[in-house]
Amino acid sequence: MTKYTSLLFIAGLSFLLFVIVGYLPIAENPMVAGKAILGSAQQEVGSANIVTSVVLAYRGLDTLGELSILFAAASVVGLLLGKSYSTDSVKTQKSGQAKEYKQFVVLKSLDLLFPMLLVVGMYIIVHGHLTPGGGFQGGVLLAVAFSMRSIVNPGSDKKNHYSITFIEGFAGFSFILIGVLALITDGNFLQPLLGKGEFGSLWSAGTLPLLYLAVGLKVGAELAGLLFELNGEEERV
Amino acid sequence: MMSIEVTIENILYFGAISLSLIGLFGMMMLQNVFRILLSLVLLEAGANLLLVLSGVRIGGVAPIITEGMSAGVVMNDPVPQALVLTAIVIGVGIQALALALIFRVKRNYGTLDLRKIREKLEKDIAVSNEVSAPGSYQAPEKLTESTGANQ
Amino acid sequence: MIWVVALIVCIMLVAAVMVLFVPNMIAAVVATSVVSLALTAIFAIVKAPDVAMTEAAIGAGLGSLILALGLKRLGFNQTGGSQGEEND
Repeated sequence: MTKYTSLLFIAGLSFLLFVIVGYLPIAENPMVAGKAILGSAQQEVGSANIVTSVVLAYRGLDTLGELSILFAAASVVGLLLGKSYSTDSVKTQKSGQAKEYKQFVVLKSLDLLFPMLLVVGMYIIVHGHLTPGGGFQGGVLLAVAFSMRSIVNPGSDKKNHYSITFIEGFAGFSFILIGVLALITDGNFLQPLLGKGEFGSLWSAGTLPLLYLAVGLKVGAELAGLLFELNGEEERV
Repeated sequence: MMSIEVTIENILYFGAISLSLIGLFGMMMLQNVFRILLSLVLLEAGANLLLVLSGVRIGGVAPIITEGMSAGVVMNDPVPQALVLTAIVIGVGIQALALALIFRVKRNYGTLDLRKIREKLEKDIAVSNEVSAPGSYQAPEKLTESTGANQ
Repeated sequence: MIWVVALIVCIMLVAAVMVLFVPNMIAAVVATSVVSLALTAIFAIVKAPDVAMTEAAIGAGLGSLILALGLKRLGFNQTGGSQGEEND
């Protein structure tokens, strides 16, 4: 009975969605806020990538809320997983050392890959206001770069939990600090400071690169911590 | 009756809505908890695609100002793109959170089947409330048996 | 161009149906990654490069990695789908 009700619901919803889309002005929407932002973003913010200026300047508070949601999710994952997997760390360490001889090629190529991932990640973060990309994408690359060795060979790589927590907290704090400094000097939270610079150069768009750097470090640290938690071999301190 | 012509936008809208509906179908009809999580991922992806498609304009270019750009060029809407950018990142957080909850379910109940979990959950609730085991699925049969005996 | 888009949408929908009904759990996770990859191509086609990069890095890469790690911890081994079918 429940199945038939669900199927009926899905059928009704699909009918509704297709009819609504049939009446939409496809590819010609009025774009009220979008037009205003496209018209004034170059003068007001000075970043070449307008999506970045929306994410960090026009909707900066939104990004802060999103970072706190991610932080809450990572904390709850740690809370839910934390207790039961700290027992046999010695055993896994031994098996990790034994495994290292079997996975020689993979581990050596990971060592080769590590600096490249680091450079590409930092490039994507720092050039977030000029080219597509930014803190989120580059942060994911950083997180994978730091945690891939422990994913391939669990127990071999003991990361210190404190360093990840410190980076995460420092990045979040500096994001809020930049916002509060803008609030004090200019009257608006997360208003871009420091002048716009030359349009299209690396040092432009005021504090946006710094904010994206903070976002990248925070996202990278959070996701790396998440991967360590899920991989289950992290040393609990 | 509307006539539907096959354009790129129509195909993309069809794909986005179908993806959402496939995800919704999986979430409502399947019984394995992990597969329900995968369906959630599909539903999220379809919603993101629908949101991005709402900001597409005919002949629009990416919302990035480049050097030799003329003044009258049409750009896509940056606002839905920024929203989807954050939605994707939050989606990964939701996935990890749901996975952690699934780990706890697996550890406590030893299964991922939704029906078995529901039975064990009802039994646990009954035991903790000091009521006799409910057996809600068998209840109508017992009722008919007893009424039959009375008659 | 329209055939490329139709092909990508077809691949995406077939992979999405596979996610629901393929018996092997690892294959289901890989199919999720294929859906994300097709979405990346679509985002690039509709001129949303930021979203395309995010989807490629997070949806196709990290999300599937997290799901696969979870699968490993839930006890489904790579050697076969027998354990996965049992719980399906």
